Amino acid sequence: MLVPILKQGDYLIASIQSELSDADLLKLRDDLVRRVSEFRSRGVIVDVTVLDVMDSFATRTLRSMAHMIMLRGAETVIVGIQPEVAFSMVQLGLRLEGVTTALDLEEGLSLLDHKIKGDNGLG
Amino acid sequence: MADRVCVQINSEIDIVTARQKGRDKAQQLGFSSTELTLIATAISEVVRNIVEYARRGELCVGIVQQGDKRGIVVVAQDSGPGIPDINLAMQDGYSTGKSLGLGLPGAKRLMDEFEIVSEVGKGTKVTMKKWVQKNVR
Amino acid sequence: MKKKGTNQPSNEADTALRQELVEHFREKRELLRQQWVEQMTTKGLLAGLTREDIENESITIYDTCIVCLETGEYEGAQTYATRMAERGVLRGMTTEQIIGGILTLRDVYGRSLFEWYQQDMERLLAALDIYEPVANKILSIVALAFVEEREKIVRQQQEAIRELSTPVLQVRDQMLILPIIGVIDTHRARQLTEQLLRTIRTNRAKVVVIDITGVPAVDSKVANHLVQTVDASRLMGATVIVTGISPEIAQTLVTLGVDLSKMNTVGDLQGGIEEADQLLGYRAIRIDPASGSNHQEKKVQ
Ligand SMILES: Nc1ncnc2c1ncn2[C@@H]1O[C@H](COP(=O)(O)OP(=O)(O)OP(=O)(O)O)[C@@H](O)[C@H]1O
Ligand SMILES: [Mg+2]
Repeated sequence: MLVPILKQGDYLIASIQSELSDADLLKLRDDLVRRVSEFRSRGVIVDVTVLDVMDSFATRTLRSMAHMIMLRGAETVIVGIQPEVAFSMVQLGLRLEGVTTALDLEEGLSLLDHKIKGDNGLG
Repeated sequence: MADRVCVQINSEIDIVTARQKGRDKAQQLGFSSTELTLIATAISEVVRNIVEYARRGELCVGIVQQGDKRGIVVVAQDSGPGIPDINLAMQDGYSTGKSLGLGLPGAKRLMDEFEIVSEVGKGTKVTMKKWVQKNVR
Repeated sequence: MKKKGTNQPSNEADTALRQELVEHFREKRELLRQQWVEQMTTKGLLAGLTREDIENESITIYDTCIVCLETGEYEGAQTYATRMAERGVLRGMTTEQIIGGILTLRDVYGRSLFEWYQQDMERLLAALDIYEPVANKILSIVALAFVEEREKIVRQQQEAIRELSTPVLQVRDQMLILPIIGVIDTHRARQLTEQLLRTIRTNRAKVVVIDITGVPAVDSKVANHLVQTVDASRLMGATVIVTGISPEIAQTLVTLGVDLSKMNTVGDLQGGIEEADQLLGYRAIRIDPASGSNHQEKKVQ
């Protein structure tokens, strides 16, 4: 399952469309990291609204992705974690430390604007 | 048990199938949407361990009845290398891979009952149960 | 005394007598039913019921009982009792009204048997042997249906009270307040977290103030739930501020290994709301003697 990556100005937006296999998720990570370098993007948003499970592997992959992107000078925001999924993640013991999160795409974009361009928003 | 569904686990692609099957069965039993997510996540962890450490195995989900309690039972079984020290493996943060080591203890927290039997060289069997909450509609 | 199923002849006699009773009750239906309704009225058991209700229900109950006597099957009575309990309890009928009503009917039937067989003691005893177990069975079916219905309602009310006692309040745009009052057990803590997370989603909240002033004690389980709630809210993009942590509770939390420095804590609810305002980009403008303005406005840069 391919995850479309949209370039919007300084940002890259990846909207996951369906449940992903491990290989799909790894591919998404590598694609995003590569494109951040390629486009010199300053922010990345990964929309996980459709995911109804975030297990230890998914969390670990998203975390390492955020880290690799940070090393390339860009910010990552994970948006759209569902209430049930958030509940399940903390029960499992997963916290996504060091990764910024936002409610949805819109909030994610305003968060990036705020962080990167110093626009008003929640910091 | 007639209403038992099994999924053969041969590669990471089967993880998605396994948790979908588990979710379907749990839905039939009337679990809440939060509980469906908890069950699917626990299944994801134990099946991932099969793929990671034993290469192949089997996941089965069924219905259990105990007195007036009804619930789902999940069994993940493999004939892989087994776990030498189960107490250690059940600790948060213990991993022989370079992982978070949360899979087994986490799955235990997500479910109501959790049992693991393993023998080095023979394989591993994880049995987990969750009961349908009675007073919730 | 005849015991059921001891020998054929007695069984046949039983069946014949049973049929005789059934026919007697059917024949006397109008008379006995009227007596029943009258007695219930006198005892005040029919308060709050309309004439029509009384007519319909009394006919159905009367006939249902006869069917039980005739067939020895109680399914009809069971279904009817459950339905009656559902409606009765909903309309606020008391257990006394319902059980009293059935007891009265039992008396009416019994009395009529005494009158009918008063010349034949043998036959009366035989008739009572048949009649009494049926009457008792019906009574227990009705009583049970009521107890079950009551329990069901109590459970529903407990659920409702639990939800009420954990209100998630929206104070302003993007800000929620969750005042926790009372003892938290695991069930309630989970419910509370789930409710909060759903509300964050539906109300698009960015800041949540959890006030635990009303929580008398915190043990490791509750502390754990609190930490989980904070973490889960963050995963959904909301910042949590915890207020009302008494020195004792703070001590407990630290002892339990909760890292308070990683948690956003403010002394009291008022302070928490101010902090939340700041996070949201509101700022309170202090009274400025020159302009005299004292209002809140959205910070614009
Ligand atoms: N089916 C299995 N067969 C053999 N060893 C296993 C199996 N499942 C778990 N283990 C062993 O138990 C350890 C702990 O498992 P657990 O799932 O808790 O953590 P992990 O898989 O290392 O990390 P995570 O699940 O957080 O990614 C594993 O590192 C592995 O050594
Ligand atoms: Mg694992």
